[in-house]
Amino acid sequence: MGNSFIPADYFPIVLQLFAAIGFVAVTMLATHYIGPKRKTADKLANFECGIEQQGDARSPISVKYFLVAILFVLFDVEVIFMYPWAVNFREFGITGFLEMFTFVGFLLAGFFYLLKKGALDWE
Amino acid sequence: MAFYFISIVLLGFIAVYALMAVWAERKISAWIQDRVGPVVTGKYGLLQTFADIFKMLQKEDITPTLADKKLFLAAPILVFTAVFMGFATIPFSPTYISSSINIGIFYLLAIVSIEVLGILMAGWASNNKYALLGSIRSIAQIISYEIPAALAILAVIMLFQTLNLQEICMQQGILSKQKIYFFGFWEVSKIGGFFAWTIFQAPHLFIAFIIYFIASLAECNRTPFDIPEAESELVAGFHVEYTGFKFGALFLAEYAMMFLVSMIAAVLFFGGWNTPLPNLASFALADYTTGTYWGIVWILLKALSLVLLQVWIRWTFPRYRMDQLMTLCWKVLIPLSFVLVLFSGIWKLFILN
Repeated sequence: MGNSFIPADYFPIVLQLFAAIGFVAVTMLATHYIGPKRKTADKLANFECGIEQQGDARSPISVKYFLVAILFVLFDVEVIFMYPWAVNFREFGITGFLEMFTFVGFLLAGFFYLLKKGALDWE
Repeated sequence: MAFYFISIVLLGFIAVYALMAVWAERKISAWIQDRVGPVVTGKYGLLQTFADIFKMLQKEDITPTLADKKLFLAAPILVFTAVFMGFATIPFSPTYISSSINIGIFYLLAIVSIEVLGILMAGWASNNKYALLGSIRSIAQIISYEIPAALAILAVIMLFQTLNLQEICMQQGILSKQKIYFFGFWEVSKIGGFFAWTIFQAPHLFIAFIIYFIASLAECNRTPFDIPEAESELVAGFHVEYTGFKFGALFLAEYAMMFLVSMIAAVLFFGGWNTPLPNLASFALADYTTGTYWGIVWILLKALSLVLLQVWIRWTFPRYRMDQLMTLCWKVLIPLSFVLVLFSGIWKLFILN
């Protein structure tokens, strides 16, 4: 507890990692051998609700998804950046609080620009 | 030695919980829609999902010809592992927590993000149009809703000044070393019970919980935010090509994820392993009902009630459209959660000082 940690604290996480991978991988391998294997070309084709398969799914994706991804990166980095500050902001007092909210204010100004620009309009 | 034991117990518990949750969901949906639900296998159909999983284990393992073989295989492993690793930092009682690290909640945010990667892998590797559409929708939705969730959690963190989940629990009950105030005016450090829970420590934190809960529904791809797997338009979304236990692992992960986000909500907002019963005058109910075993009972009760709420919501509300969902997130929840963070800072600096 407290502010110090030792690497051994992370050991249970590694253990759970191995337990989970072990469980899923072993069961997947086992069921692969248990199950029947009758492979036909029709069965291995992609499912398209019964109609003949038309090409594959490597097609362009709407740019709006990329826009969301970029906005996510901006905002998430900013939120993650606020976490260490949130743990200590009481010691920084009102000055630290105002500094952080100046920063957030600039960010929200950008957010307001996005709204006005129509980047967040999905028809 | 105990750790080896615990990770196995946790694995077993998650598996049994997921099976029972599927059964409960089917029963509840049946009850809501005035049907009977599963009745054939076992009493009240209790063995239905066990029968389902045994059937699933014997099914043929199909990898489509067009699929990216390696990613297709890795996706279920990644999704399940990510969700299961999330349970490592959840405190189950005052004495039991797998890994009491001081970046607990930070770690959980990271873990939840890894699951997104698994969904993208599954959708892309399937090389199926439905799967790809489902996965990109899912990603747009999950990453968008991660921001209000992270901000709502931030509002709580600012109050407690720690990222360690065990310490967050400590500060919501009679074991607290700091003073706890009910809505900022009544000291309840010795009274405990539900008075000391986070949502009662400041008036805006209940709104924080609502935001977190909405975001967690979206992160689990649950209705009303289930457009990634919208059965009527996308067949099943990103796992349409999966069969046998690969599908089973994705399914297990989905229900485990519901439980994980409910556990986080219970710890952050509802006192974690703290008892809801307060010390009233000479009846020291909180003292009696705090301890290792009571802790496990309370946190499981709280988390399972939240899972029940998620199920209830699924069968009550219709599905959102993609644009409505994104509008709700970016134009309502994100500005609102920034206001909550501001309010949290003011509360901590001016009212609790």
